[in-house]
Amino acid sequence: MNDIVRIEEVSKQFGGIRALNNVSLSVLKGEILGLIGPNGAGKTTLFNILTGLYTPNSGQLWLGERSMLNLKPHQILQLGIARTFQNIRVFPEMTALENVMVGRHARTRAGLLGAVFRNRRTRTEETQIRTRSGELLETVGIARHSHTLAKNLSYGDQRRLEIARALATEPQLLALDEPAAGMNPAERDTLSELIRTLREQFKLTLVVIEHDVKLMMNLCDRIAVLDFGEKIAEGAPAEIRANPRVIQAYLGTEA
Amino acid sequence: MARRKRSAWVSFTLLGAGLAILPILIETGIGRSWVRVIDFSLLYIMLAVGLNIVVGYAGLLDLGYIAFYAVGAYCYALLASPQFGLHLPFWAILPIGAAAAALFGILLGAPTLRLRGDYLAIVTLGFGEIVRIFLNNLNTPVNITNGPQGITLIDPIRIAGFSFAAKHHWLGLTFSSPQQYYYLFLTLTLALIFVALRLQDSRIGRAWAAIREDELAAAATGINVRNLKLLAFAMGATFAGVAGGLFAGFQGFVSPESFNLMESVMILCMIVLGGMGNIPGVILGATLLTVLPEALRYLGDWQQAWLGRIVVDPDDLRMLLFGLALIVMMLYRPAGLWPSRLRRREWEDQRTS
Repeated sequence: MNDIVRIEEVSKQFGGIRALNNVSLSVLKGEILGLIGPNGAGKTTLFNILTGLYTPNSGQLWLGERSMLNLKPHQILQLGIARTFQNIRVFPEMTALENVMVGRHARTRAGLLGAVFRNRRTRTEETQIRTRSGELLETVGIARHSHTLAKNLSYGDQRRLEIARALATEPQLLALDEPAAGMNPAERDTLSELIRTLREQFKLTLVVIEHDVKLMMNLCDRIAVLDFGEKIAEGAPAEIRANPRVIQAYLGTEA
Repeated sequence: MARRKRSAWVSFTLLGAGLAILPILIETGIGRSWVRVIDFSLLYIMLAVGLNIVVGYAGLLDLGYIAFYAVGAYCYALLASPQFGLHLPFWAILPIGAAAAALFGILLGAPTLRLRGDYLAIVTLGFGEIVRIFLNNLNTPVNITNGPQGITLIDPIRIAGFSFAAKHHWLGLTFSSPQQYYYLFLTLTLALIFVALRLQDSRIGRAWAAIREDELAAAATGINVRNLKLLAFAMGATFAGVAGGLFAGFQGFVSPESFNLMESVMILCMIVLGGMGNIPGVILGATLLTVLPEALRYLGDWQQAWLGRIVVDPDDLRMLLFGLALIVMMLYRPAGLWPSRLRRREWEDQRTS
């Protein structure tokens, strides 16, 4: 078994609405897994469950042999699952560099006394945090905006910043929620290039939610399709494209 | 660069010398009561810098902050007064008071972890009042706090045989009690400011800022939001505990009415007026709001002298000017009198764009 994350028969209800119904999905090590589906299909809900923001009503969640059920978001991140948000959530009043430096929090240790006395270990750690964060801004291509407040960055750059912040946490699995939303076609092309580079450079596994089907077909190794909270298909892009249930979900039934 | 460093040293030295001779100048220039005013403004600077950790750094709107000042003050009062016949030394009481305040910070912070903004403000306001009401009523069935009468005859601060209450002669100068307290308070204020500045620019300070900016994203970025919020409450409370202990020793008397809601609001106003999150601004705000009201008292005397009667009560005028100042601030300097460089830049950006 070379799956890194296994989602088993997960269901989530909000009041009377079934956002997810018995969804099972495995993420294989090193792949780029696409998650597509019409609006409201439950893709982001699945992300929120995966990263500990929601607890499912039933089902199991495995990271290797370890159950991730009932873990807090920061504990799940500690285990190596990082994410970005659909509605960008950078820290608006902090600079780009500071945003990424926050990402180093989970992998660094300086405590209260270290902060006050700034002993050698804390100083070394602080320098490393700064250097590493600068490098990551470079990697996603926004190093020139290091000292710009995050909220003053362009939409596309904020998305890149979110990716850099997530990378700073040293994830093994990175979940991107609509990373191309609001980008123009040229930006979209460089984005898929970036995602592929990141996979190589950081030995990442990626799960990507995206509406741009063309982009997804080119980018992903496998694609899973959600519709009304259920998984209706899973497979290589070519299979998905030919799957009648997928076509039906996207184009609607002829009554 | 070397030149800038040197000019920084020069201004530091001047500032240090200024702070060192300030109480001597004030006492000879305008009188001893003004040295007391300066002493109080130092206490309020400690409080404001502490509250700034909670409100400015971590973004948790705490309206019951004065409760921790009360905890520190009552700790000192109970451990160094005839109330229980205890007379512990200063170096033991101050850490106890700080620790007790930190504990209260965690106890009162824990139930509010899920609350934000307005709701947090209302609950902390309630907690602050609960502490005050407890202090007011803990005289029956067992008399602990002496109720509304408060605790009197608190030992003055004494360090290694040096009593801050008695006059001392040194270098041909006579130092009065308020002057000596000034130097003690100044030392501790500088220490607390140092701690606050170091915390702001650290891994923990960044985590607090992240929680302030977006709690959910902070959690998803690996920050243990619960622990860091509690740490912010505890740190802020510690500062207030230290200030409270000093207050009790300085005054020689504590009573619950010193710790009412208005005090919490005043400390919050100091932060907002000065520039939330920015330590120099917070210091400025605290100084202005303690010194100006005292200065306004003179208006009463002047009215008496020039007009023969008091037309406007200085106390009313104080509130009037205070309200006016806040409105003017909101309109023209919403980021505070001395905002952090970042916030100022941003405010200017918004105006020009």
